[in-house]
Amino acid sequence: MSTVQHATGKGAIRKQVQLPLSVAFRIALLNIRVRFLRALITAAGIMLGIAFFTAVRAAALYAPPLDPNDPATIEAATRQTWLVVMSLLMSTVGISNSMLMAVTERYKEIGTMKCLGALDSFIVKLFFLESGLLGVVASFIGFFVGWGLVFLINLFRQGSAVFSAVSLGALGWLLLQAMAIGVLLTVVATILPAIRAAKMPPAAALRVEV
Amino acid sequence: MATTQTNQGSEFVVRVRDVVKEYQMGKLTVRALDGVTLDIYRGEYLSIMGPSGSGKSTLFNMIGGLDKPTSGSVFIDDVDMAQLDPQELAFLRCHRIGYIFQTFNLIPVMTALENVTLPMVFAGVTADEARERGIELLTLVGLGGRLHHKPTELSGGQQQRVAIARALANNPSIILADEPTGNLDLKTGKEIIELLKKLNKERGVTIISATHDLKMLDISDRIVWIRDGKIERVELRSELELKVGEVEGEAG
Repeated sequence: MSTVQHATGKGAIRKQVQLPLSVAFRIALLNIRVRFLRALITAAGIMLGIAFFTAVRAAALYAPPLDPNDPATIEAATRQTWLVVMSLLMSTVGISNSMLMAVTERYKEIGTMKCLGALDSFIVKLFFLESGLLGVVASFIGFFVGWGLVFLINLFRQGSAVFSAVSLGALGWLLLQAMAIGVLLTVVATILPAIRAAKMPPAAALRVEV
Repeated sequence: MATTQTNQGSEFVVRVRDVVKEYQMGKLTVRALDGVTLDIYRGEYLSIMGPSGSGKSTLFNMIGGLDKPTSGSVFIDDVDMAQLDPQELAFLRCHRIGYIFQTFNLIPVMTALENVTLPMVFAGVTADEARERGIELLTLVGLGGRLHHKPTELSGGQQQRVAIARALANNPSIILADEPTGNLDLKTGKEIIELLKKLNKERGVTIISATHDLKMLDISDRIVWIRDGKIERVELRSELELKVGEVEGEAG
């Protein structure tokens, strides 16, 4: 009894459908949840970078106003900017590295998804969403770590005056900056890994490690 | 019996024509396939046999749309794969071909049911329908009670069953099985082979398998032997049984 439900003449080959972002989002979330430790380490890189950025900026907010024309002030500010930029660069390289590792680690999974009909663009979305999600969460936490430390230090130094030293608006602006920089950097760091993942041939699924 | 269902389509589900594949290895050009021509019947169970390095995997990849020939062409359902753009190739892989791997290749973060429904998600099937069909397929392969288990919570044989259900997800014309029993013990391997044969008979799906496993010979309709990038011979099972019979006769 051979029932032929599939097989013959199923019409012409069409273009594969583009999936809604929500599907990629769900899978990216699953990936983060299951590989939580790896995600945590990646996120820690962004978190520390953003914490440092926030701490430096927040420290400036809480410090007594300095003479902006004093050469010593200018030099200190320049040095700080350098430090912040360098640390952010370092964390970007770190994220890039750990996302590249994730791609290498998951070659079989990516190949399999392509065999099952995933488009290159879907794989790209998957990796951007995954790192983007980490970027948002880590930047948010990073802000509170950086600001929290500065706040505590100044609480020791200035006492209760610290509560009214900086306006909420200024802090909100700083949070926004921290988030924007954090997310931007993670997205930039993911460009190379995502392209590499998308270019992974479907035949990678067949590879067997010896 | 080689069931050749010739409904609307042609009687051949796959046609391989003068396929040559060359790889560049440094300055050396290696010819992995040297003019292979092969027609695969609809509903057939075909095994590709050959030692490693024979070009077996290369041929298998060509049929699966995973690699492009240097010259010659491969047709699936009368469509020349070389003419397809990446999106059409993705469509073909999604709808026409089901893949089964030696290492099972389930997505580790997903449950059995999610793994089976993934190709349907890629095909744009609604969540409800995908769920329903996924449960049906997992029940078919005998895993109706393990829908929500993760791959790590399943044995090798069970994982391969999930992979078989996944390969059937979009009702493909062919199922490509690359050493499906390579990572399984003898008994489990036998069960998987029997399941594949059952699906081949009952659902009429064409199964093409690259293998070393001699157990496979017993149930294949035809066996293609590859050596040095060429088809050495193609055997029908009936011929094969005769030989096995002879060997047994001599032994007794």
